[in-house]
Amino acid sequence: MSGICLYCGNEWIPPVSWSSFFTVDLPSYLCPECEALLEPVSGMTCKICSRPLEKLDAQFIAGDCCTDCKRWEEDPEWRGLWQENHSLYVYNEFLKEIISLFKFRGDYCIAKAFSGQIARVAKKMDYDLMVPVPLSKERQYERGFNQSEALLIEAGLKPFHALDRLHGEKQSKKSRRERIHLNQVFQVKAEANIRGKKILLVDDIYTTGSTLRHAAKVLIGAGAKSVSSLTLARG
Amino acid sequence: MKFAVIEEKLIPEPFLTVKQTTFPISSLDHFYEQLPFNPQFTPNPALKNYLTGKQLLLDELPFSMEELYTHYENGFLIFRKGIVFEKKSAKCRRCGNTDQRYFASFYCSRCREVCTYCRKCLMMGRVSTCTPLLSWAAEPPLSQMETLSDNECHPASLIWEGTLSPGQETASSRVAEAIGNNQDLLVWAVCGAGKTEVLFAGIERALKENKRLCIATPRTDVVLELTPRLRKVFPGITTASLYGGSEERHTYAPLTISTTHQLLRFYKAFDTIILDEVDAFPYSVDETLQYAVRNARKDSSAMIYLTATPDRKWQRECRTGKRAFVTIPARYHRHPLPVPRFVWCGNWQKLLRKNQLPANVLQWLKERLASDKQALLFVPKIALFEKILLILRSLHPDIETVYAEDPERKEKVQKMRDKKIPLLVTTTILERGVTFPNLDVAVLGAEDHIFTESALVQIAGRVGRSAQYPKGDIIFFHYGRTEAMVRARKQIVSMNREAEEEGLIDVD
Repeated sequence: MSGICLYCGNEWIPPVSWSSFFTVDLPSYLCPECEALLEPVSGMTCKICSRPLEKLDAQFIAGDCCTDCKRWEEDPEWRGLWQENHSLYVYNEFLKEIISLFKFRGDYCIAKAFSGQIARVAKKMDYDLMVPVPLSKERQYERGFNQSEALLIEAGLKPFHALDRLHGEKQSKKSRRERIHLNQVFQVKAEANIRGKKILLVDDIYTTGSTLRHAAKVLIGAGAKSVSSLTLARG
Repeated sequence: MKFAVIEEKLIPEPFLTVKQTTFPISSLDHFYEQLPFNPQFTPNPALKNYLTGKQLLLDELPFSMEELYTHYENGFLIFRKGIVFEKKSAKCRRCGNTDQRYFASFYCSRCREVCTYCRKCLMMGRVSTCTPLLSWAAEPPLSQMETLSDNECHPASLIWEGTLSPGQETASSRVAEAIGNNQDLLVWAVCGAGKTEVLFAGIERALKENKRLCIATPRTDVVLELTPRLRKVFPGITTASLYGGSEERHTYAPLTISTTHQLLRFYKAFDTIILDEVDAFPYSVDETLQYAVRNARKDSSAMIYLTATPDRKWQRECRTGKRAFVTIPARYHRHPLPVPRFVWCGNWQKLLRKNQLPANVLQWLKERLASDKQALLFVPKIALFEKILLILRSLHPDIETVYAEDPERKEKVQKMRDKKIPLLVTTTILERGVTFPNLDVAVLGAEDHIFTESALVQIAGRVGRSAQYPKGDIIFFHYGRTEAMVRARKQIVSMNREAEEEGLIDVD
């Protein structure tokens, strides 16, 4: 089985070993050189947002979580709304490029490159419904697809569309302060029954956690039992 | 965007007045890409400028769908399918890709169906089964010349004081003739012949006949180098300079200088395309770029190919009279091309593993350093750099290496120009486009397959380019001579002979 790498376009042939005869092969979509540039989140991480703590300056660590999360949790408005986040990879230069190809250039099939990992991690998490973070109608039309939903579908998981998003400015153009004090952009769909459900939110990148916390807030408000999240990248 | 077809006319979904099933454009058959021309309609001149000779996506056009559609209804605008299916396999009409591995599908929010898109040209915006390509149908915009009163000096006039060598002169009139008659012509000019000047007369003629021209080259640095030169000699006209990230993407100009890649946005635009370095990477191996060039030509148009090193197929076509061509066998400074010497250097790779260079190679390098003459040493692989540099740095501390992805490539080439580097060890990346005035060149391991006939001719072409220093040493150190080496030398020798017969060089 030979393929072309979804990122660099090089052809490569996966090495044949005994295990390739006896196990069901997970198809790989990135060549080994590109695959090696992905940096899995590992080691000591913040127990809430899964930010790697080892590379973090000591002044930003508060026990077993980061000061960012501590600040959120100290605020009675936000405390306890959201269980935990799990992220697959560090948002390094390579992942930045690959995600930009995926969502801004609209190369949908990049989602396949992560399908195996996402399916594997999702299996270990405790949830009833997987909810992709939605795009506004305008943005969804512009891109042609929702990148978070694409990650789920390609991993063979079933997205549950519980949320709507009102059209706003692009998140990436805002500072942390602006993002946190953002007006609520999400609302729960009237027809979505989430009462008593454990929700797993899915997004492409975790940057400040503001998006996920705002989504968690409306979900809990609509009766969800708990909310946690899974993201491809940890910024 | 989805469309319905009523009486073979496309109707975009938002403009339907009655309920009608709509489809992505690629699924529709039997519709007019272009409707009958309505002479009473006044088109928007801004849109005309934007779209003439182009093929753009809706996302690339800052005009409303209403306005675009009105132009279609009046016959001024063409809607084409972005993706077509031939025997169930997809083809991208923008870049010509038919390799099915470069197509992917997804459930698309725009057409609410499974949509197939082309990954080959994705960086220029996604073309999918629901994406139309838009082009202008009517006459091209009035060029500056037509709006001119009689007594003004013609703006397309060439302002150039230089003179052509007899070899250039011959080629120049052949180029002008081919452009005038919409023919194809190969200009086979030796390295350092002065190709650009040969184009001037033909460009002037085309401009005065209100033809639209494009000079296309595979490399951005050549676009950047040519633009100011042509603006200087044709000051009366607009010259657009196109490369990835350039600002002039939407300028309508009688003369366009572009990377071959940017031609993907053009459709039947040019009366003449002058294609520089046809044999150079990536154009020579990339079918997408070759498609882009074909697609950018008008049905009746001229094509001028420029190269110093046509491949064997082209050389054969020239010999057998199947391809119109003209040679410039001599350099403008009337000195013959330096002919490479072949010198056997034994199993140099084995020596290198022992941190040694062959004695004759080392000797040659030492002589250059001692006489203070700059030199290039071409080697087949980057992997060899480290060992070679280790040996050479003991001879001189300023010796450097350079390769394609070298982050300091530009700086090092500049340092070489400033004579701050006595010897530069390089991969084939410096085989073309660079001129250092007083130079000797050696190839280590000339038998490697990376050194093709054309690579070796180009490498030899680095020597003796300036009129002040028309001579220099070119030496191929090898461990067994190859066909490519022999052919390269033969090509150079026969160009010199031709030049001598035609009296284009002074033999001393």
